[in-house]
Amino acid sequence: MNLLSLTAVELGKKIHSKEVSVREAVEACCEQIEAVEPEIHSYVTTDREAALKKAEEIQKKIDQGELNGPLAGVPAAIKDNLCTKGWKTTCSSKILENFIPTYTAEAVGRLEEAGAVLLGKTNMDEFAMGSTTETSYFGVTKNPWNTKHVPGGSSGGSCAAVAAEECFYALGSDTGGSIRQPSSFCGVTGIKPTYGTVSRYGLIAYGSSLDQIGPVAKDVTDAAAILEVIASYDKKDSTSIRRRDTDFTSALKAEGKGLKIGIPKSYFGEGIETEVKTSVLHAAEVLKQQGAEVEEFDLGLVEYAIPAYYVIASAEASSNLARFDGVKYGYRTPDYEGLHDMYKKTRSEGFGAEVKRRIMLGSFVLSSGYYDAYYLKALRTKALIKQAFDEAFKTYDVILAPAAPTTAPKLGSSLNDPLKMYLGDIYTISANLAGLPGICVPCGKDKNGLPIGVQMLGNCFEEKKILQAAYTYEQTRTRERCDLAKKRDTAYGTEQKTIGEGAGR
Amino acid sequence: MVENRITDETMEYVGILAKLKLSQEEKEQAKKDMEKILDYIDKLNELDTDGVEPMSHAFDLHNVFREDRVENENQRDQMLSNAPEEKNGSFVVPKTVES
Amino acid sequence: MRKEYETVIGLEVHVELATKTKIFCSCSTEFGGEPNTHTCPVCTGMPGALPVLNKQVVEYAAAVGLATHCTITQVHKFDRKNYFYPDNPQNYQISQLYLPICRDGYVEIELSGENDQKPEGNPGTENTARTENTSGAENNSGAENISGTEIDRAMRKKIGIHEIHMEEDAGKLVHDDWSDCSFVDYNRSGVPLIEIVSEPDMRSAEEVIAYLEKLRMIIQYLGASDCKLNEGSMRADVNISVREVGAEEFGTRTEMKNLNSFKAIARAIEAERERQIDLIEAGEAVIQETRRWDDEKEYSYAMRSKEDAKDYRYFPEPDLVPVVISDEWLQKIKDSLPEFQTEKLSRYLKEYEIPLYDAKIITGHKKLADIFEAASELCKKPKKVSNWLMVETMRLLKEEEMDPEDLTFSPKNLAGLIELTEKGIINSTVAKEVFEKIFHQDVDPEQYVEEHGLKMVTDDGVLLQTIEKILQENPKSVEDYRKGKEKAIGYLVGQTMKAMRGKADPAKVSQILKEKL
Repeated sequence: MNLLSLTAVELGKKIHSKEVSVREAVEACCEQIEAVEPEIHSYVTTDREAALKKAEEIQKKIDQGELNGPLAGVPAAIKDNLCTKGWKTTCSSKILENFIPTYTAEAVGRLEEAGAVLLGKTNMDEFAMGSTTETSYFGVTKNPWNTKHVPGGSSGGSCAAVAAEECFYALGSDTGGSIRQPSSFCGVTGIKPTYGTVSRYGLIAYGSSLDQIGPVAKDVTDAAAILEVIASYDKKDSTSIRRRDTDFTSALKAEGKGLKIGIPKSYFGEGIETEVKTSVLHAAEVLKQQGAEVEEFDLGLVEYAIPAYYVIASAEASSNLARFDGVKYGYRTPDYEGLHDMYKKTRSEGFGAEVKRRIMLGSFVLSSGYYDAYYLKALRTKALIKQAFDEAFKTYDVILAPAAPTTAPKLGSSLNDPLKMYLGDIYTISANLAGLPGICVPCGKDKNGLPIGVQMLGNCFEEKKILQAAYTYEQTRTRERCDLAKKRDTAYGTEQKTIGEGAGR
Repeated sequence: MVENRITDETMEYVGILAKLKLSQEEKEQAKKDMEKILDYIDKLNELDTDGVEPMSHAFDLHNVFREDRVENENQRDQMLSNAPEEKNGSFVVPKTVES
Repeated sequence: MRKEYETVIGLEVHVELATKTKIFCSCSTEFGGEPNTHTCPVCTGMPGALPVLNKQVVEYAAAVGLATHCTITQVHKFDRKNYFYPDNPQNYQISQLYLPICRDGYVEIELSGENDQKPEGNPGTENTARTENTSGAENNSGAENISGTEIDRAMRKKIGIHEIHMEEDAGKLVHDDWSDCSFVDYNRSGVPLIEIVSEPDMRSAEEVIAYLEKLRMIIQYLGASDCKLNEGSMRADVNISVREVGAEEFGTRTEMKNLNSFKAIARAIEAERERQIDLIEAGEAVIQETRRWDDEKEYSYAMRSKEDAKDYRYFPEPDLVPVVISDEWLQKIKDSLPEFQTEKLSRYLKEYEIPLYDAKIITGHKKLADIFEAASELCKKPKKVSNWLMVETMRLLKEEEMDPEDLTFSPKNLAGLIELTEKGIINSTVAKEVFEKIFHQDVDPEQYVEEHGLKMVTDDGVLLQTIEKILQENPKSVEDYRKGKEKAIGYLVGQTMKAMRGKADPAKVSQILKEKL
């Protein structure tokens, strides 16, 4: 047995049965981090000492029977736009390079209560603006399946860390596909829950009406277990929803019968790579074999989602990021003459190109004379898109689609054409506009060995249906690990004994 | 479709609104990017949205309130702990002069 | 020759609501306090912090709307107003633009009548403003209109309220004279405000002040704010334009800020009117701008910055959800509205039988009315209470340049004082002295009189002895009186009272003196 190859829930069981100690799990992760970080760069911050100290605390609580949930003692990583008290939280931006929050994001707090051990903070596109994790001020993260390729983004660090087995699971955030698309590129499982399911308190906002926090995991079971922990009503977030149906693991049934799956024809037209298309349609075929009803249908308005999204997200971002001004926290330019010069220099030096681009665009679309034509138009389009989904979900339980038109592109090939990069979000963005839950699970690889993911969207509050569909599909496959993760398996061969012995302690 | 032409004045104006100062090179690039993206966004004009209510929240959630009860204690030191410049319990900024 | 002009004035009044906590976080709104001691991640704009609306703010705002005849927007929302300034920690202010909580109301002001009413412009452009001196018939909330022609012969005018919206206050900037720095204190950041935007219905400083006084009275009656101009819990920005009498179009307006007293408002309006007329007469244009009033120099200057475009990029606040005021909730707020001045006034006239003039003054200030009712209840002498409030209280308020709302003495002590005088324990001169102590320090009158030996001397022996002494010491006055100079007795009474250190009943002194002489 190799410790790192376990899923989070598997590890949790072994910790619970004292087969593995929390410290061993943390140390295994830390060693893996040490070994692969130079190649991958998933993390912007790690703290071995803090993690080991926490491991002791958690172990004690487990031993005393105070903690017995499935994730107790399991090491995790957190995307660096989630505030963590006492841990630097940078959003991968120079402007927050030294920001240490005095509060912890609600979702992270819930995980800690469930016994998570935090290993570190993962890299991301600066302020979650990007699809490749290349806009990070701290350098790019590479795809563990092929380090010449991007991991996707913006939760690229979280997805790469899970794929490279540098943690057992991670939290990401998804504003326009930022969990699902990198999950697809990294061959891991990611969920964007229904808007309002996970509290946004402590999530550094990009597009407030679109942002949702979600799990990045090794399989559907883990993802459901993590979501079950982080999904909760929070009175600190006014958009948080009181739900009673958050027992997501109850939906883990390998049962295709009764599921009606719709495949939007327009998602498989122009622009999609053949291998992606084949792989995703094959997943649909598998579900059909498992008893699901599968059929194609016309989902309207697909081409309007991206423009509507970029108007809304940029507008909200331009306002959300106004607070970074060198007054209360974060970077302040060393040389300035007067207040406005300080503002301008701080922000121009502190933000990267993509962030500035979106702030400019957002300020423009909200400015006097353009608000109606752009912003209101986008909100009306959003309403129509939501209607189109409402209509579709009258017939279907699950909408099955790709998460991205391609597999992970090569490093450096996306940034020079922002518009092209934006177009890559076509399959994920609508779910954010309509508030829908979506899951992405691995469904194959292309000829270069890069993972392909299949996305399943559900109606609002119907995570259970997509979990069931994803789980049913997953049961027909074996989980694949990337070579980089496997590389050190032999190194653990000697440790295996120690693990066995550790169980007796 | 009429192409969007962003003038230098517009860029200057947006820079004032967003408190961003772009170098000449950045400005040229940003201008081009913005024109391209706006041309793309203009696709929305194909869509008839007459009579459609703009939707800012995806669900009909309303009346989320707090009771009027003091719960926060003095946490000044924490609030100031990340300040670039701080003095006597206040954040320090370049003089704000009005006139 | 100079043409005739009329001034057109509209007001934006900000009122700090009397909630215990801020509008979007549970920090205290307490005034004062060391800088930044009432702050948290929400009101300092920390990344990831989110606002949650204080329910009491909605109830106060709706109550003010109902009391000013507004239509309550039963589904209303918050918007973000974007602008950079260090007192604004998020660099956006959460406010309401598209769907404010209240719209289309009015308050009715009373004018003395003989004041120079500028002729109204073309009636076609005046939708809400009208001057009438009939008693108002449509009185739904009780906040307005004194009915009964006998009560009121003053001119009345309705000042339209365009809207009332809720928003958050900004922090405070303190400028350091010794360095190029300003210090930011976020204790006030997030304190709930309502902004009451009037229609441009006012034509003179007198109307403006009458409007503000009326608003203040209504809000104080509601307990929604203490409305202190000098402390900033009520702030008025004045929009002013001038136009030729009879003109249809409004002139270009300016917005005047930093007006901290009624006097400042009156002076600023006068100065700005003159400034604009001078510009027009000189053939120059009035520029639409915001100006800051310097009350010491009695002059205003434009607040201009090329670094700021007044383009607030409002959009719906995504971190808050809409507020829906159901019919039931609205009814509950209506039912909880207090007795307003009109009702109070007629009740006072019936119940307490005090003069109309007194009743009007007392009911004109919530604080006075509260003291009046409580003290009357205790001592059962409403006329005496009214007297103390109308004469001595008013005199001291004027002397100290205080507002009735600043009164701190307890009705119990006023009632106690009245009882002491009624029982003849102290005379009126001593009573006035004791009242000053009550006014300033809220002393217990009985205890104070006791401790300072101010009780009237009821022992006739002491009084007779003193009178004998005075008569001996003042032979000239005695002689004068006996010669028929009636006035001389006054001097002798005074001397006796002085010798008795005021603790005698002057009437009694006078009577004994007359007997003796």
